[in-house]
Amino acid sequence: MDRLTTNSTQVAIIGGGPGGYAAAFMAADLGLRVTLIDLEPNPGGVCLYRGCIPSKALLHVTKVIGESRQAADWGIEFSEPKIDLDKLRAWKEGVVNKLTGGLGQLSKQRKVDFIRGRAAFLDSRTLKIHGQDGERRLVFDNAILATGSRPAAIPGQTHWSAPTLDNQRAPRIMDSTAALELDDIPKTMLVIGGGYIGLELGTVYAALGTQVSLVEMASGLLPGVDRDLVSILARRVDQIFHPVMLNAKVVEMKEEKDGVRVRIEGPEISGDEAIYEKVLIAVGREPNSGGLGLEKTKVIVDARGFVQVDAARRTAEPAIYAIGDVAGEPMLAHKATHEGRVAAEAISGRAVAFEPRAIPAVVFTDPEVAWCGLTESQAKEEGRPVKVARFPWGASGRAATLDRPDGVTKLIIDPESERVLGVGITGVGAGELIAEGVLAVEMGAVASDLELSIHAHPTLSETLMESAEAFFGRSTHFYRRGAERAVGSR
Amino acid sequence: MATEIKLPILGENVESGVVINVLVSEGGEVAEGQPVIELETEKATVEVPASASGRVKEISVKEGETIKVGQVILVLEEGAGAAKAEERKPKPAAKSEEEKRGEPATKPEEEMRKTAEAQEEEVKAVAAPSRAPRVETRAKPRTEEAKPRAEEPKREEAKKEAALRREEKAEREEQPLGEVVEPGPGVQPKPEEAPKPGEARELIAAAPSVRRLARELGIDINEVVGSEPGGRISEEDVRNYARSIILNVTRLRPAAVGGAHPLPDFSKLGEVERKPMSGIRRKTSERVSEAWQTIPHVTHFDQADITDLEELRQRFAKKAEEAGGKLTTTAIALKVVASALKVFPQFNASVDAEAEEIIYKKYCNIGVAVDTDRGLLVPVIRDADKKNILELAVELTELSKKARNRKITIEEMQGGSFTITNLGGIGGMNFSPIINSPEVAILGLARATLQPVFIDGQIAPRLMLPLALSYDHRLIDGADAARFLRWVAEALQQPLLLALEG
Repeated sequence: MDRLTTNSTQVAIIGGGPGGYAAAFMAADLGLRVTLIDLEPNPGGVCLYRGCIPSKALLHVTKVIGESRQAADWGIEFSEPKIDLDKLRAWKEGVVNKLTGGLGQLSKQRKVDFIRGRAAFLDSRTLKIHGQDGERRLVFDNAILATGSRPAAIPGQTHWSAPTLDNQRAPRIMDSTAALELDDIPKTMLVIGGGYIGLELGTVYAALGTQVSLVEMASGLLPGVDRDLVSILARRVDQIFHPVMLNAKVVEMKEEKDGVRVRIEGPEISGDEAIYEKVLIAVGREPNSGGLGLEKTKVIVDARGFVQVDAARRTAEPAIYAIGDVAGEPMLAHKATHEGRVAAEAISGRAVAFEPRAIPAVVFTDPEVAWCGLTESQAKEEGRPVKVARFPWGASGRAATLDRPDGVTKLIIDPESERVLGVGITGVGAGELIAEGVLAVEMGAVASDLELSIHAHPTLSETLMESAEAFFGRSTHFYRRGAERAVGSR
Repeated sequence: MATEIKLPILGENVESGVVINVLVSEGGEVAEGQPVIELETEKATVEVPASASGRVKEISVKEGETIKVGQVILVLEEGAGAAKAEERKPKPAAKSEEEKRGEPATKPEEEMRKTAEAQEEEVKAVAAPSRAPRVETRAKPRTEEAKPRAEEPKREEAKKEAALRREEKAEREEQPLGEVVEPGPGVQPKPEEAPKPGEARELIAAAPSVRRLARELGIDINEVVGSEPGGRISEEDVRNYARSIILNVTRLRPAAVGGAHPLPDFSKLGEVERKPMSGIRRKTSERVSEAWQTIPHVTHFDQADITDLEELRQRFAKKAEEAGGKLTTTAIALKVVASALKVFPQFNASVDAEAEEIIYKKYCNIGVAVDTDRGLLVPVIRDADKKNILELAVELTELSKKARNRKITIEEMQGGSFTITNLGGIGGMNFSPIINSPEVAILGLARATLQPVFIDGQIAPRLMLPLALSYDHRLIDGADAARFLRWVAEALQQPLLLALEG
């Protein structure tokens, strides 16, 4: 046997993203000895380095640009913005460094042993870590797998995922990581995939001046999300992107001198060919469960690459837990964080389970789309009777003052118990507003609870209260004749 | 290689159970997960599955036997691994590394984890099908009792497991990572009981903190009924439910002694006939069960020489008859007891266990057990202390007649503070009556017989009346009971005493 240094720890966490570092901090707070292993210099993972955080920084810029343009309607005219790409990039990176650096500090304060390196299982109790300072072995009592996910390639076309480089030039075919690098502002760009990543990044580039086209295989954007929420966004997206091609598929991509020649096919588009300076592939993400030596343990990985876990996030190997993207959908940072805390508590011996009623999902487009709990489409699929109460933002005073009446708030309600099962919101700031929906669903609130809680005026949060009022047919600011009929005055 | 199948942990606070049925026979083949015995615990009847496969070499338990967690049920002789070979799928064994290596390094933690695991619930409906709970959870039976079973016996299988692991590994390696790995039947007995992956389970309305509390108390939140709008479960609902479980368990325990066992099929033994219990029978059954279970009974015996009293009784019998009554020993005993209750007030009382107080009654209502064709009835003679023997005799005669003629009203049978029961008319040397709760004592009179008694060195034939006093020991001590009964006996012996002291 090789003579590697062997250390031991109570909890080894592989992957320092929002799942991994939350688990590490929780475990440390519970008095356990923790080793956190990640490739980056600080914890943060994809979310902080190449995901949520940099994209939100850029989307904030997008919003400012958008509003400065809209201001013309209110009698305030700005000249077209001058974009200093290097400065913008530096600012974005500054945000990332500030946050990841902060996490490094928090790790130290909690005495978490942070190892920069790549880890793989030698057996169900030992990891081999390839670090900057060579290799070593780490024996653990428990391990938490928090290796996250990576951008997926187009199914069956894996070779496209390897971006081609011609020395100085940035890759023309990008994934979300490359797009966030913001190497340049191309004149034209094709976004493949109408999910949240494609829409968010497409929005950024469009605001910076790129002519963005989008192609989506499904019949609508954000497949799976309630159509009434998406349609409001789609109206705006149609104005920003040129064009939005639905029911369409990329059948051929070829890199040429001036760009990428892409052929798109669909029932309405036949063999449409165009050259795009850049192409962004945003067709989803896939779990990082390979190359970890899992075959040397009893951990079970399913067909899609997700590690199978139980309610406490424990794998089939009793000493190994898995959390976050690698442990299954939805692949969201906040879900990973919660799972990480659950796993840490489970390891410390508490009887806990990951059992959310509502995991909020937010698409940070303009307007934002957010939902939690049961969706209307899900209810339909399950054949579950629900009542849906909607409050259009056209009736919101606050939305009017923002000149953003393009929004809707809706509640999915159990007709018998009147319990709020789900909430969906489209509109500016929906991502913040959804929090109240999450609390309502988690607490098992009934529609009356929302109706009877006073909401500040004038705020967008009133739309939640008023949609509950609408459920009872008595919304203050939204008069619906349908409601009148429903109570039988006809 | 022989393998012992032991009784796994069946649930919280369940340490033992009664073997109702042995489902396998010696020499027979048993597959892992197959039920081998039916066990009745305080909470439920469960089927205990085998934690390994093999041929039954020995059955170590008998039907009717009470067995404890960890006790050996069967000894298996491993066949040629026949049953094992059928399992081509990888086994999701739930064994920790420590066990495999035989290092008890983190045992306490391991134990804790097991407890935690035992209390886990299936992944809720938010889980997409792709996120199916992993094998172990998926196969977890729904009943609380059965959840953690199959965890414990694995420990004993450690060695065998190690050998098997090599095979499994080989199998695993053949399977490319990422292929759909169907969870095998593994250690879990009844995968078919488990919720299907992705099955939308009804989401219970309860705040996250309340759900967590329930989990920590070992309660399945799905079993709690919510009291709040929309059926929402409050923290109080969970605590009340927990309390009710504890109370039920303690309450059921005594009942289990008599009634909890399933009845055998009597028709196999001979002809039988089933009839519903009459209302009075049911009520009596309930009342005596309750009294017997809640009151710590002691019965004190004595006897009274009623030779002289009997003479007086016969002499005055006519007088009573003229008044419309019958001068019975019971009628006289009523007067004696009414007087005794004045001297010993703790016999005319009730216990308020909850308030930890004694309620002394300033009134004296004495019930008399009357045998009727419908069953036992207890008419109550009110203010017995304020009535003379003749009045008591008349009233008792009337009430007894009413009871037998079904004319007695509920009110006439309520409000007693002491009871007398006389079986002397039928026979018997003595008996121990059950207290008529919430009273605290009952006096039983058996059949008076002529006995040879030494009086001043001479044997004389005396009519002796056996007395039995059952009393509530929470309130009354043995010495008090002895004094009370002696007082009664002497009063019966010396009727004048009543006039003097009573």
